[in-house]
Amino acid sequence: MADKVLMKGNEAIAEAAIRAGCRHYFGYPITPQTEVAAYMAKRMPKIEGGVFLQAESEISAINMVYGVAGAGFRVMTSSSSPGISLKQEGISYLAGSDLPALIVNVQRGGPGLGGIQPSQSDYFQATRGGGHGDYHLIVLAPASVQEMADLTIKAFDLSDKYRVPAMLLADGTMGQMMEPVELPDSVDTLKVEKPWAVTGTQKKREHNIVNSLYLAPEKLEQTNLERFERYKAIEENEALYEEFMMEDAEYCVVAYGITARVSKNAVIAAREQGIRVGMIRPITLWPFPKKAIADVTDKVKAFISVELSMGQMIEDVKLASSCKKPVYLCSRVGGVITTPEQVLETIKKTAGGNE
Amino acid sequence: MSEKRFLFSGFGGQGILFAGKFVAYKGLMDDKQVSWLPSYGPEMRGGTASCGVIVSDESVGSPIVSNPNILVAMNLPSLDKYEDSVESGGMIFADSSLIERKVKRDDVKVFYIPATRLARDNGVPTLANMIIVGKIMKELGEFEGDSLNAALKKVISAKHADMLEVNLKAMRLGAEY
Repeated sequence: MADKVLMKGNEAIAEAAIRAGCRHYFGYPITPQTEVAAYMAKRMPKIEGGVFLQAESEISAINMVYGVAGAGFRVMTSSSSPGISLKQEGISYLAGSDLPALIVNVQRGGPGLGGIQPSQSDYFQATRGGGHGDYHLIVLAPASVQEMADLTIKAFDLSDKYRVPAMLLADGTMGQMMEPVELPDSVDTLKVEKPWAVTGTQKKREHNIVNSLYLAPEKLEQTNLERFERYKAIEENEALYEEFMMEDAEYCVVAYGITARVSKNAVIAAREQGIRVGMIRPITLWPFPKKAIADVTDKVKAFISVELSMGQMIEDVKLASSCKKPVYLCSRVGGVITTPEQVLETIKKTAGGNE
Repeated sequence: MSEKRFLFSGFGGQGILFAGKFVAYKGLMDDKQVSWLPSYGPEMRGGTASCGVIVSDESVGSPIVSNPNILVAMNLPSLDKYEDSVESGGMIFADSSLIERKVKRDDVKVFYIPATRLARDNGVPTLANMIIVGKIMKELGEFEGDSLNAALKKVISAKHADMLEVNLKAMRLGAEY
């Protein structure tokens, strides 16, 4: 194991990507994720085969990602909310062509150009696909700088394994904060054969074609059905979450990323006041850890979804719990972050109303 | 204090983020759990800057420092903005060469250090920040020990190794004030 160093979340993503074997980065600067690009600009040229390219736009960058992914190499782009919207056409094409790639979204407040402070209001966009057509991304939500690194590596592996583009969904706080990170010198990443990659036939095989255009409806339907078989396998095998103080919990906070960090303080404070509350922190947002929520639904009296949006993840909590128990929302938006005090108040009110 | 929540605040260009980074690394060298979160935004030299640092025995929950127990205010707007947020019993370190007023609170320990003037008078004009950090370390009983040097080496890149001694000098000025 290497030394523990302090790194910004954005830098941790970049370094982890390189250690996971990513040699191609395409991006366009936008606050609060520009450090990803800056780090790549510094490091990539010093690595054999390393490519850093600042594209002329987000749209251009995502299509460069498409090209490198089609050739079978690990590749990534990163941006923040408005930039991710611009990339959606390309992301849909990646999904339709079954190409593995990593897209990082360090969220900021929206809609529109919004602001530059942290937000979680791209949850729907990330977990429902985002672009046109029936598709999903594998969505991972780090809650520490260490996880910014670890989940970047995991995202590349899962994406390669299932031929599904992956998204790391962070926020401005996670991108800008520094915490200790331990990065192994050599990362044990999944090595996946990519016989579909367009690497030149050398007249030894049929042409490979990477494409998302199918004019015959039956053929297009077939690709959708086949893709959803893989989605099913992902939902069955890859949902990740963390439980905190859930053993005897009567109330369950559900929060991811920065709001999980804030909520942890509130859960501890509520416990000190005798309220039996715990937290489930989804680590994968798609697949959403439905089973973890379903398993506690009969045990708890209510759920509280804490998120920096007007209420997006709350719908997944309601679905996973089959609306058997009330689900309350605790949120701030526009770049304002919920405080532990606000979450604690919501917990107390929920507990008070359910006595 | 089992959890130290620092809030460093001042003008952009005063080395607010650097001071925070040093304190975070100092914690890391002492095997503590740490986090460092800057205010970020369309800020520039002369604008406001702040950063929150948590140094704790336990794993850090929220990295956002909304009620610091150690506040560093290097200009008046910062003291005005954050004075009330300091936890009762906490500490405020103010650069008294730039802040003319006194702290209004009487439930916190206040240290007035004319850091900007000391820095100028002692030939380290850009290191008022580290003079204050020296004072903090002294008051926390952490001025001695290897971790101080080790942390400095982490925040000062090898390229600027000649700055090590100068930073130590600044910290000593603060510690001895």
